[in-house]
Amino acid sequence: MTIFGVALLALCTLIGVFLGDLLGIALGVKANVGGVGLAMILLIAARSWLVAKGKLGHGVKLGVEFWSTMYIPIVVAMAAQQNVVAAVSGGPIVLIAATVSLLLCFACVAFLGRFGRRDEPSEQVRHGGAVIAGDLDDAPAPRNPAPRAAQAAPIPATKA
Amino acid sequence: MLHMIEHVFVEQSLVAAFAVVGGLMLISNVLGKRLTAGRVHGSAIAIVLGLALAYVAGLYTGGKKGVADLPVFAGIGLMGGAMLRDFAIVATAFEVDVVEAKRAGLLGVLALALGTVIPFVVGALTAMAFGYTDAVSITTIGAGAVTYIVGPVTGAALGADSAVMVLSIATGVTKAVMVMVGTPLVAKLIGLDNPRSAMAFGGLMGTVSGVAGGLAATDPKLVPYGALTATFHTGIGCLVGPSLFYLTVRALVG
Repeated sequence: MTIFGVALLALCTLIGVFLGDLLGIALGVKANVGGVGLAMILLIAARSWLVAKGKLGHGVKLGVEFWSTMYIPIVVAMAAQQNVVAAVSGGPIVLIAATVSLLLCFACVAFLGRFGRRDEPSEQVRHGGAVIAGDLDDAPAPRNPAPRAAQAAPIPATKA
Repeated sequence: MLHMIEHVFVEQSLVAAFAVVGGLMLISNVLGKRLTAGRVHGSAIAIVLGLALAYVAGLYTGGKKGVADLPVFAGIGLMGGAMLRDFAIVATAFEVDVVEAKRAGLLGVLALALGTVIPFVVGALTAMAFGYTDAVSITTIGAGAVTYIVGPVTGAALGADSAVMVLSIATGVTKAVMVMVGTPLVAKLIGLDNPRSAMAFGGLMGTVSGVAGGLAATDPKLVPYGALTATFHTGIGCLVGPSLFYLTVRALVG
């Protein structure tokens, strides 16, 4: 059932945020430390467990993947409620501090990205991108209803 | 008639937000395909449009929450608020390739460290260049350059002046907006096209809203990797801002 997927996602988020709060208290910080990141790790672990047990059903998948396809629209809604007026009218200190730190950090991304191998994104990475972009339905569906196993390999995305 | 439509929008706020954002995305996708021949991602245009609307609404209402300050668009505040944003970010982890994420783990940690120190130093030096001499103000403005949450948390912990707090928050917000708009423009230049560099990017940029918007506009497949590191950024900033950074600044400026 779809709700199981949504509930799994909710549970991981709640536990992650709770752990983040605990970590914040333990470190003496008035903020949540990595709660969302911990929730993501929990969800990754839950997925691996479900796959290993062969219990990752269509409903569970749908429940979680629906929310990852809603990610971009939610980000657009987030953009529409930023305090852009404050950002634009911040004055020279704000502009200089923000621009210079941004440029240095972009340079660091370029620098750090050079470490290690730069291989092609794996099939799972591509598949994930297609899910989040909501492009999966663009992949050609199998014409003849061949009996496909539920845990069949992800639909191979076409090479860009 | 208009009043009745307004009433429906106010009463069904979240549903109305779905419809409005859907319409915005549709327009953006058409613009992306027609005007730029698909070169600019529809979601990048949608994010910029969203920011532009937030600017217009902010001028009109004088509020801090963009279009969400208009009663008819209050649902946008819920849809794009921290709760659903974090929920959707966690959901993207379902698509993570564990091997890739593990391989870039150490890189992510390094990026987090650099992404906290570099903006702080830049912010603190800028504050000093503009005549701030006390350690509390310098630290608060520097922390604002890390993210717009680290700034006020640090400022509140140190008892900073409210004018300095405003500057600190504005610096963080400006950085977040610049990350959203700038990332798709520089993505090719900085090699932001694989999970490894996305994890470095998330750790370096920090601001969850900036990273979320920037990666969504650049390439959706990079989103979960960037988010994974970025979500640790604010916590770490709040940890070192009022402690390690403040003590260092105080030791330096006396």
